[in-house]
Amino acid sequence: MTSVTTRSAPPRALGRKKRPASDGGIGRYILIRFLLIFPTIFILVSMVFWLMRTTGDPITAALGGRLGPEQLAERISAAGYDRPIFVQYIEYLGQIFTGNFGTTISTNRPVSEILLTYGLATLELVFYSLLVAFIVGIPLGMVAAYWRDKSPDAFLRVFAILCYATPVFFSGLLFKLVFAVWLDVLPVSGRASTGAELQMQVLPNETGLYTIDAIRTGDPGVLIDVLQHAVLPALALGLLTAGVFLRLVRTNVIGTLGTDYVDAARSRGVSEFRLVRKHAYRPALIPIITVIGLQIALLLGGAVLTETTFEWKGLGFMLSEFLKARDFVAVQGIVALLAVIVALTNFVVDIIAALIDPRVRY
Amino acid sequence: MSAAPSATSVSSAPKRSLWSRLPVVHQLRQSMGLQRGMLIAGLIITTVFVLTAIFAPVLAPYGYSQLRDADGAFGAQQPPGGSHPLGTTVSGYDVLSRVLWGAQTALFVIIVAVVLSIFAGVFLGLVSGYFGGWFDRIMVVVSDAVYAFPSLLLAIVMSIVISGGKSNLIGGVFAAAISITVVFIPQYFRVIRAETVRIKAEAYVESARVLGASNTRIMFRHVLRNATRTLPLIFTLNASEAILTLAGLGFLGFGIEPTAASEWGFDLNKALSDVTSGIWWTSLFPGLAIVLVVLGITLVGESLNDLADPRLRGRRAVAQAAGVVAQTSVVPGGTLAAGPGGLGGLEDAVTLPSDGLEAGS
Repeated sequence: MTSVTTRSAPPRALGRKKRPASDGGIGRYILIRFLLIFPTIFILVSMVFWLMRTTGDPITAALGGRLGPEQLAERISAAGYDRPIFVQYIEYLGQIFTGNFGTTISTNRPVSEILLTYGLATLELVFYSLLVAFIVGIPLGMVAAYWRDKSPDAFLRVFAILCYATPVFFSGLLFKLVFAVWLDVLPVSGRASTGAELQMQVLPNETGLYTIDAIRTGDPGVLIDVLQHAVLPALALGLLTAGVFLRLVRTNVIGTLGTDYVDAARSRGVSEFRLVRKHAYRPALIPIITVIGLQIALLLGGAVLTETTFEWKGLGFMLSEFLKARDFVAVQGIVALLAVIVALTNFVVDIIAALIDPRVRY
Repeated sequence: MSAAPSATSVSSAPKRSLWSRLPVVHQLRQSMGLQRGMLIAGLIITTVFVLTAIFAPVLAPYGYSQLRDADGAFGAQQPPGGSHPLGTTVSGYDVLSRVLWGAQTALFVIIVAVVLSIFAGVFLGLVSGYFGGWFDRIMVVVSDAVYAFPSLLLAIVMSIVISGGKSNLIGGVFAAAISITVVFIPQYFRVIRAETVRIKAEAYVESARVLGASNTRIMFRHVLRNATRTLPLIFTLNASEAILTLAGLGFLGFGIEPTAASEWGFDLNKALSDVTSGIWWTSLFPGLAIVLVVLGITLVGESLNDLADPRLRGRRAVAQAAGVVAQTSVVPGGTLAAGPGGLGGLEDAVTLPSDGLEAGS
């Protein structure tokens, strides 16, 4: 019965005007939450614009030392940076709205093209990292809750803190040192070896997601090569999040183990292991879904560092390259796009959380 | 020591002595078993870190930018041993000295960043939560937007603004500290605002208003004093995050020039290419320094958080007796949920009071 009503809720909330006042309505929630995306993106994009412009125009920053004053002035007026800053701001907002994030100064390519090319690499890295985080974090969190205040719990809690206390670039360096240099079992850096990359490039329309491209080549060697390259970066970035998941699952499972319905199950003679595995586990996962939204921000920040460590040519790697080149148009573009991604992910995560747990709705 | 108890005994007899009411001391007494172990371990590491930072000039065998001594140049990438117990870096600095001096930079950045963000965040949160209205709405939306954003990217943008991406001398340290400050302000803002909104509805605030106390007096005397109970906890969380952000900035090349001060993240950046040729000492030691300090501070923070939450405090039996208790922990998911991405769990703590505000207005 209940499942039927919840499923029919969205069309009813959207379609009919008359509905009980107490019923928040998932449709209304989605709408409000969707509208909230725009101020978020607007604020972040504006903030980045104004902050970056306080340092002066991007052309002087990028080419200041290399060009004479006249040439510089010419480039500045050609790019429109000599106009009133407010005009530039309005124009910039309009461009963002149409998906135009500017043109890089150092390589003279549209930022949106760079985002498309390298964004997929970051997506792949983030996906694998989340996979590592889930596989490591959730079971270990349950183990820690099961042996609460015993030695496995103490060990796992310190492990979780270590995961979080180790900067991704340091764990990355250590992994590199141990697995790539000393043991020599995994590649040092990059997304694939040159041979595999060449094989993937001849594909008709390559997706940019190496895993998929590698499968499409039909050569198991290529796939193995791509996966081998992904292991260390995914571990470095994934463990960071795994610590957060472990801690969260532990706390929530312990919390649910103290509730009445678990007590009731316990009094019926359900074993403690089954209580953790079946009864306390699912409600404990709800907060994780909410936290994933925040983890996306963490993962993207971590991806910048991980990609730099492993020369994984994604958005973060490009960001640090552009930072070195002092190409602030490109930096601004990438940061603005990441703002959009963060806002959208949070929207999706909030919707999923609301679908699972009706209490979240407005 | 002797002055403290006498001062409190005058005001009211049943009150605990000032010594035991100090934030950490109180929790230390309250703790037991495993938790006490974690808290003590954290306190020891943190103390060692602070002492190292203070006495770095005495402890370090060489200066942080020293390349040669009486016997000539140190030489680059010397393995550990002899006059360089931890070896030398690719640029020819002594690793041990760089690691010890790095503690000083880290401590300095933590203090500047956290103090600045506490002042700004607490003030904004107090004003915003107390007066409400459109200012509050705008502040909440802005802080939510900033809060959801990857803090490292924000710090990068800020450091471009402050130092144009190049840092030198003390300016570099300040640039890093201010960059981190901007990231933290929303966190303090959210916590203090939530507390303010809750406290505003308390009876004693009402009675102060009836007695004719001014808004300023109510805000700073009645609300602020009661809203600050969570600050030591956020302080520890942010201190560890400040170190990670500083190291991240340094690693991306936004750190402090090696001639200006020693910074662990910068050293790790320089060590990146060493690793491929099997040179481990240039990266291992600065990295371990970061891990140890963050570990120490996090242990303290996490213990404080657990002790503030009756469901997590003490042993299993106690927790079960407590049953479903109102959430008093600042960070419901535990401090790790509030990891580098920010105080994740604060979401819940903030939504409740803001709902109350909706109903009230």
